[in-house]
Amino acid sequence: MTDDLLLDVRDVSVTFDGFRAINNLSLSLRPGEMRAIVGPNGAGKTTMMDIITGKTRPDTGTVRFRDRDLTRLDEPSIARLGIGRKFQKPTVFEALSVSENLLLSLKGIRSPFAVLMARRSEREHERIAHLLQLTRLQAMADQPAGGMSHGQKQWLEIGMLMGQEPDLLLVDEPVAGMTDAETMATADLLREINRTRSVVVVEHDMDFVRALGVTVTVLHEGSVLAEGTLDEVSADPRVIEVYLGR
Amino acid sequence: MNPFSTHGTRSFRGVIWMAAAVVVAAGGLAMASLLPEGNPLHASAFVVSLAGKYLAYAMLALSVDLVWGFAGILTLGHAAFFALGGYAMGMYLMREIGARGVYGNASLPDFMIFLSWKSLPWYWWGSDHFAWAAFLVLAVPGVLAGVFGWLAFRSRVSGVYLSIITQALTYALMLAFFQNGLGFGGNNGLTDFKDILGADLHAPMTRAVLLVVTGVLLAASLLAARFVVGSRFGNLLVAVRDAENRTRFLGYRPDQVKLLVWVFSAMIAGLGGALYVTQVGIINPGEFAPANSIESVIWVAVGGRGTLCGAVLGAILVNLGKTLFTAWLPEFWLYGLGLLFICTTLFLPQGIMGLWRHVRKPAPEEVTPEVSDTQGDET
Repeated sequence: MTDDLLLDVRDVSVTFDGFRAINNLSLSLRPGEMRAIVGPNGAGKTTMMDIITGKTRPDTGTVRFRDRDLTRLDEPSIARLGIGRKFQKPTVFEALSVSENLLLSLKGIRSPFAVLMARRSEREHERIAHLLQLTRLQAMADQPAGGMSHGQKQWLEIGMLMGQEPDLLLVDEPVAGMTDAETMATADLLREINRTRSVVVVEHDMDFVRALGVTVTVLHEGSVLAEGTLDEVSADPRVIEVYLGR
Repeated sequence: MNPFSTHGTRSFRGVIWMAAAVVVAAGGLAMASLLPEGNPLHASAFVVSLAGKYLAYAMLALSVDLVWGFAGILTLGHAAFFALGGYAMGMYLMREIGARGVYGNASLPDFMIFLSWKSLPWYWWGSDHFAWAAFLVLAVPGVLAGVFGWLAFRSRVSGVYLSIITQALTYALMLAFFQNGLGFGGNNGLTDFKDILGADLHAPMTRAVLLVVTGVLLAASLLAARFVVGSRFGNLLVAVRDAENRTRFLGYRPDQVKLLVWVFSAMIAGLGGALYVTQVGIINPGEFAPANSIESVIWVAVGGRGTLCGAVLGAILVNLGKTLFTAWLPEFWLYGLGLLFICTTLFLPQGIMGLWRHVRKPAPEEVTPEVSDTQGDET
């Protein structure tokens, strides 16, 4: 059973200064699956991402990605295994141009000496052109990323994530601060991405989650409260209680 | 907005011109120094050694710009690498004195006889060979930078904390080199040099050649630095500078990235120190003084951080100013320097190079990306 899981988070707990941010959390993902994670502020959504990507080490529990134990690896190693992460606040390299941002993200050369000697290959040219098209940033290719709008930065970061060719994408609040039209376009983009990759999306925006149309996991106080379709979980009395207050 | 932000469009075409200008200027001055004394174009030995000193300082500034301008590491201890390179060359120059010292001992420098040492300490072995000295000039700063950087970057020490440790590093080295027992001449340092590779250090021809060599090596360092920052690695450096965490999640190891440029930079500083010693004729622990490192940061800020050319320009102009100012109003130089730094920060955040770009290309499209010195705290 475990063998055909892509990601398997099991009985994970982490405590910060006595505060249990994650409490016996278990969550698993099949290859090719897209999962939405919702939950009120402080439910542990970002901490969970931090644990999967190696930024935070759990006190107990295991995190397996295919057959690798992620709790023993640091961020760059986990990224190289094929897990990409998009932050809540769009984080692109503002002083570099859009295509330079994409170039750095492309899967492949990572050691400093190799990067020093690297020349842009034909394949890399094609990859960048493809990513620019995917993220609709062709016109901005040579512009500094710092000069773009918030939504464009979000898209560039998603493009960079695609450049990494990860098997699993972790996407933290991708539509925060986006217009309705941008939100729906982002949902389309993620569904497109999900055709070839597994995705975990953390999001507050329920319209967006509905547009994704995938299984939803509700987190509360560091553990899973409910799991199912959006309609199922929104009918769950415990979820209503958590969201609407007691 | 951060006063030291760099524009998104990064081009270094000017570096080739700057390298050429440095070589031509050094060559021209060297030739002028060889003209007979009565000639109106004659350059005195004083001017030649002063120019050599400026160019050596320009190498220090270049090395500071590489790590501060491109990797965001505000080093306040780079003069330590400069001084170590200087000491490595100084050891060779001491051995070249041979039996011509006050005590006439062919194998021991004067200060060791003064300390009644009987033989050379092991770390002076081989110092009579120029090639070994040249190797040490690069290797000693390189290895120290490697060890220091590996420890600091791996532990994710950055920002002001790193700046403070670099100050501590150079201060500790200064105290160590003041000790007679360390074997580097204590507070007198190494001096009274006679010749280099058999050529008299006081002969105009030797001085002219040293100036040209300094100019050529500065130009070569500029081009090497340009290659580094203009490569994909240069983009990665800027990425690490502005959003270190993000590079980690892309699979890069920022500690290794910083270490590579840090060691490279320390070697350029060491080379500058070695050239400095041949032309100034003395190296003592005062070169490790924390204020020297801070001054080198000011040269870069004045010239324009993250531009390479600006570092060279800033080092030459500020030191020229220092020479003139200290002859005129010696006690006010430090106030002048402080004022210069404040004015640069307030009115010329991109230094002289920023001003130059502004004049050449008036009001470019106002896309000034925020460049943050505090490493990415995105979560």
